[in-house]
Amino acid sequence: MKNRTIKVDYLARVEGEGGLLIKVKGNQVSEVKLRIFEPPRFFEAFLRGRHFSEAPDITARICGICPVAYQMSACHAMEDAFGAQIPPPIRSLRRLLYCGEWIESHALHIYLLHAPDFLGYEDAIRMAKDHPDAVKRGLRLKKAGNAIVNLLGGREIHPINVRVGGFYKIPAKSEFLALAEELKWAREASLETVRWVASLPIPDFERDYEFVSLRHPDEYPFNEGRIVSNRGTDIAVREYEQHFAEEHVAHSNALHSATKEGKSYFVGPLARYSLNFDRLPSHVQDAARAAGLGTVCRNPFQGIIVRAVETLYACDEALRLIDAFEMPDRPFVEVEPRVGSGCGCTEAPRGSLYHRYRIDERGLISDAKIVPPTSQNLKTIEHDLLDLVPKNLEMQKDRLQWRCEAAVRNYDPCISCATHFLRLEIEKE
Amino acid sequence: MTGLRATTIIIGVGNESRGDDGAGIAAARLLKSRITPGIEVLEQSGEGTALMDAWRGASRVILIDAVCSGVTPGTIHRLDAAATPVPTSIFPCSTHSFGLADAIEMARALHELPPQVIIYGIEGAAFDEGTPLSSAVELAIRAVADQIQKELQIAVLESPPSNT
Repeated sequence: MKNRTIKVDYLARVEGEGGLLIKVKGNQVSEVKLRIFEPPRFFEAFLRGRHFSEAPDITARICGICPVAYQMSACHAMEDAFGAQIPPPIRSLRRLLYCGEWIESHALHIYLLHAPDFLGYEDAIRMAKDHPDAVKRGLRLKKAGNAIVNLLGGREIHPINVRVGGFYKIPAKSEFLALAEELKWAREASLETVRWVASLPIPDFERDYEFVSLRHPDEYPFNEGRIVSNRGTDIAVREYEQHFAEEHVAHSNALHSATKEGKSYFVGPLARYSLNFDRLPSHVQDAARAAGLGTVCRNPFQGIIVRAVETLYACDEALRLIDAFEMPDRPFVEVEPRVGSGCGCTEAPRGSLYHRYRIDERGLISDAKIVPPTSQNLKTIEHDLLDLVPKNLEMQKDRLQWRCEAAVRNYDPCISCATHFLRLEIEKE
Repeated sequence: MTGLRATTIIIGVGNESRGDDGAGIAAARLLKSRITPGIEVLEQSGEGTALMDAWRGASRVILIDAVCSGVTPGTIHRLDAAATPVPTSIFPCSTHSFGLADAIEMARALHELPPQVIIYGIEGAAFDEGTPLSSAVELAIRAVADQIQKELQIAVLESPPSNT
């Protein structure tokens, strides 16, 4: 019998502050804790009493990498509450903005955060010395995504041009067309990225997950659709809280989500891909197949390949949307606030992001709930580690630790997002 | 942008809404009013890839940022980043996972670092949201601006005569 402890005080290459503790007794893992010590951020509390129109800009501050996702979910929730209908040209521009965010976020994760795991480098800077062309490609790809967010969002980080009902200002068609040249390069570069990540030594590891994502009748999902799973869930966004719940766990400042039956589930690129493969254009499907993926992907380490496939899709979709651009009559539709509540769920780069707001007669927010993708994945990450560690006990400790850290990074966890929450429990004697 | 930008760029880095984290931005603004045309003065949040783009092709970059290394607030650090690696630990104020020090080391690895890179670090006292610059830092900002102005003039004198 041999006892071992894997302890990572401070996880690198994740957004925010977290650590990892795994205790092994003999061949059994006795404890797995993804310790989230990033302080709670209380966004839901300080949304209370604010005007409904402020929600997109306030919640965008939760994350510097996926602010568009927060703006989109907030807008959709408000529009749901007020019964607003968004015209197709504005809807298309929202998809375009989301493409920008996916490209920049996925390129960052693939090249700077995750690839070093597979190539055996401590970080991307060390990797860049041996793989300069790959890193340069990644940085330029990220910039192509930033350029979309910069143009349509008004600036690259925490964009300011999104409002409930649409946008404050819509750039001229010529400005969108000016992005196309670089996006054509980005499309080729993302195809190259798919090939490159497929060549990385990716560990064999599969689990039978419950995948959850949006599904739209015609499109690969960004903003709209029903929430579906491979276990038969098929619900409207409004029914989310009847099927999924958050719980507090002692070792984490982030809540953990689970299904109402208490089971872990998986949101993010793997889930989206596995539930929506048929919604990808055929040439993107071909690229995925050529990279060794099936129509469903259950190996979380292959998430890096799925992200590359989604980056290719996002470049392709951005070019399609720019080509079909129509200037809306007005940049936004007027929304008339009314008492009630509304829900929104959109696909952030890391997975489904759910918002719910209650609005009072003054148009002020009386209650807010935000469930980011990382909270929904925390339980699944811990379950992956429970399964992964016993299968790899023959590894040297430092290699096993490396593998475990990579397994966490499979989910591109955003701890800053996950600790946005409200609940603060005080124990009294 | 091509590699033909034979020029000096001054970049103030920081967030003016977070107390002394605004030191770099304030110094850049002060310099903007003093520097002769031909030298670009930029303001940046500190996001690494944006910094790498900002200095691409420059022959010399001077960065000004707030630091918190634990010494007396207002202390001025001067680092020659082209000569030695930048210690990432003195820039914990960055809200970016890929910040200034990472950008410098990444550019070095990719052979994209300008030939001359000087960092002025101004030791901050407080980085709270919505607070003004502390008085020690205000003094240091002026001192850094003076020093950079002096350094640039000296460097101009030391430059070989132009052929054009």
